[in-house]
Amino acid sequence: MANHSLALRHQFDDVEQQKDASTFGMWIFLATEVLFFGGMFCCYTVYRSRYPMAFGNASNHLDLILGAVSTAILIFSSFTMACGVNSAATGAKNALVGFLSLTILFAAAFLVIEMSEWHMLYKEGLMPGFNFTYKEFDPGHVQLFFCMYFAMTGLHASHVTIGIGILAVMAIRAWRGAFGPEYFTPIEISGLYWHFVDLVWIFLFPLYYLIARHLQG
Amino acid sequence: MITATVETRDNYLTHEYGVKSWLLTKDHKRIALLYLASISFFFFLGGIFATIIRLELLTPPGDLVSAQTYNKLFSLHGIIMVFLFLIPSIPATLGNFFVPMMIGAKDLAFPKINLLSWYIYMAGGACVLYAMLEGGVDTGWTFYVPFSTSYANTYVILTGVGIFIAGFSSILTGLNFIVTIHRMRAPGLTWFRLPLFIWSMYATSLIQVLGTPVVAVTILLVAVERGFHLGIFDPALGGDPVLFQHLFWFYSHPAVYIMVLPGMGIISEVVSVYSRKKVFGYRFVAFSSVAIAVLGFLVWGHHMFVASQSVYASLVFSFLSFFVAVPSAIKVFNWTATLYKGSISYDTPMLYAFGFIGLFTIGGLTGTFLATLGFDVHVTDTYFVVAHFHYIMVGGTLMAYLGGMHYWWPKMTGRMYPEGWAKLSALVVFLGFNLTFFPQFILGYLGMPRRYWAYPEEFQVYHVLSTAGASVLAVGYLIPAAYFIWSLRYGKIAPDNPWNAPGLEWQTSSPPPPENFEITPVVTSEAYDYSILEEMKVG
Repeated sequence: MANHSLALRHQFDDVEQQKDASTFGMWIFLATEVLFFGGMFCCYTVYRSRYPMAFGNASNHLDLILGAVSTAILIFSSFTMACGVNSAATGAKNALVGFLSLTILFAAAFLVIEMSEWHMLYKEGLMPGFNFTYKEFDPGHVQLFFCMYFAMTGLHASHVTIGIGILAVMAIRAWRGAFGPEYFTPIEISGLYWHFVDLVWIFLFPLYYLIARHLQG
Repeated sequence: MITATVETRDNYLTHEYGVKSWLLTKDHKRIALLYLASISFFFFLGGIFATIIRLELLTPPGDLVSAQTYNKLFSLHGIIMVFLFLIPSIPATLGNFFVPMMIGAKDLAFPKINLLSWYIYMAGGACVLYAMLEGGVDTGWTFYVPFSTSYANTYVILTGVGIFIAGFSSILTGLNFIVTIHRMRAPGLTWFRLPLFIWSMYATSLIQVLGTPVVAVTILLVAVERGFHLGIFDPALGGDPVLFQHLFWFYSHPAVYIMVLPGMGIISEVVSVYSRKKVFGYRFVAFSSVAIAVLGFLVWGHHMFVASQSVYASLVFSFLSFFVAVPSAIKVFNWTATLYKGSISYDTPMLYAFGFIGLFTIGGLTGTFLATLGFDVHVTDTYFVVAHFHYIMVGGTLMAYLGGMHYWWPKMTGRMYPEGWAKLSALVVFLGFNLTFFPQFILGYLGMPRRYWAYPEEFQVYHVLSTAGASVLAVGYLIPAAYFIWSLRYGKIAPDNPWNAPGLEWQTSSPPPPENFEITPVVTSEAYDYSILEEMKVG
């Protein structure tokens, strides 16, 4: 117990207030993240509604299987993260470290699949700014689709990478015994962040891979 | 006797010494001073650019600097003043220092993040400075595409990255304030007992947290588009430049309220203290801050009346823009009503408050002119617009900032500023400001476009007046800079509560101890309750 009261920072009156503040802070941060991605979702929506045919054509160049597999992996990583938070709450240290490591592993797998997809697009000449040779239907607006695709999946991938970093720090701290049933706020708010990153992908996947594939010029 | 007690009392300035104790501090009061030093530097840098602009405009032909240089001067003036001075100004200095003190907390909720925000701000500032030294940027502070992405031959990416980075310091400050105000209030300090400065900082933080990410991502897209020659906003490649303007102003219009709302908070404090009355209609003033924050998000389209926006959209944006006048007017009327039958004293902060009320009213009313579609088409991109927003940002925010600096200086430093010099400088600032910017309304109405480097001779008389005013204004800013520094060593020792004010920040020592209050205060009355002070005296 003495160890846990050390975790109380000087500006707070009690542990409860500190936990409340940290969790609330993360929710506000996630609100800023929603707006951060929101700007790009707004661009996407405007362009998708203006050039539906070009966007439909372009989305047929994305690999549905890779997209679906990476979506499944990411959803599963959210599950292991939730299990991790639960193990922290029940004080199961080894399970916590295990679940955090699994989450990191899935996150890394997600990134590997995403990079291989990017590499394929690069080779097909569908990466604007680097190698864009597409000449078929409405190349200007297909270019726009891929600009938005790389900008948004890129921003998301950078969040996944940061997430791996955060979870790695958490796993090390957990392994050293920094958390117990009385104090596991950092695990909880890292979990919030991770679920958010997952949730962004849940929107990205249908927007880029699923809808309007039938619209072809 | 007083001197002896002050020197033996531990305070946040004497608690630790050395450069490291400042650069690694987690004390919100020290971080506020770090910010104060940094934003003052950027203010004077931005001021130098303004000076050269005014000198160039003294004569009709473009003679002092080249047209290219002039473009860079007004761009850097705008970028530095908006992103590196006005946005952080009151929140990061006075807000940082006094939000925890006014709510009876020991610190902000996240002291490390607070320090991080200063480092992020400095990193962003360093990028802009480096871009400036390499040759500057000439896009204006608005970075309009496709000029910024395809044609400008200056350091757009570096400057953009600087602003992108600095934006996160603003987000983190806002986040910290929201959590602090929600979770760290002293026992008994309910929402409707909060000082109005806290309400205005809360509203400001909401905008910082919800608006800044959008401009960050927009500038990121501009940098990516420019760096990799993509076509996100480039019409030649299928993109839409007007979409950029929508995204940019979605933040940058609310950003005006990031700048002015904290100033309004200061005025509420000052008007109450120096007329020794409760702020008239406390709840209305409190909610008008929130109303301004909310309405601020719904009016961005009034920056795009002539940018091929649909007429119907313009009509709606025009209509909504008028609505911002309602909460703004509530504030102005309630401040004046507070003065009514008050026992008014004309100390320096009060002089600045009077200046603010007058100048903000002119700035606000000309804002309603500009919200009128027909009139706006006539004066778009003229000096009328320049004069309007300088009345809000310089006449409003900067006056309030200076008023707040004087009001809280004794608490921050434990020293009094010299009252005579301070009153003189308040007067000089007021006169210099009006002389600089009032002629610009006329110039704009007569058709002088903004951002021009040369102009026809018939405009010269107004430009001469404006440049003369700018010189007076510069003196008005240099005087306080000099006596504030002077007072650190030679100023009279400040008592704990020189203004006899009821706020919690005045109920602790000057300068405050590191943990702000020796005992956590318990609040039993509403804000601005002067009867409590009388009781304390009698008791």
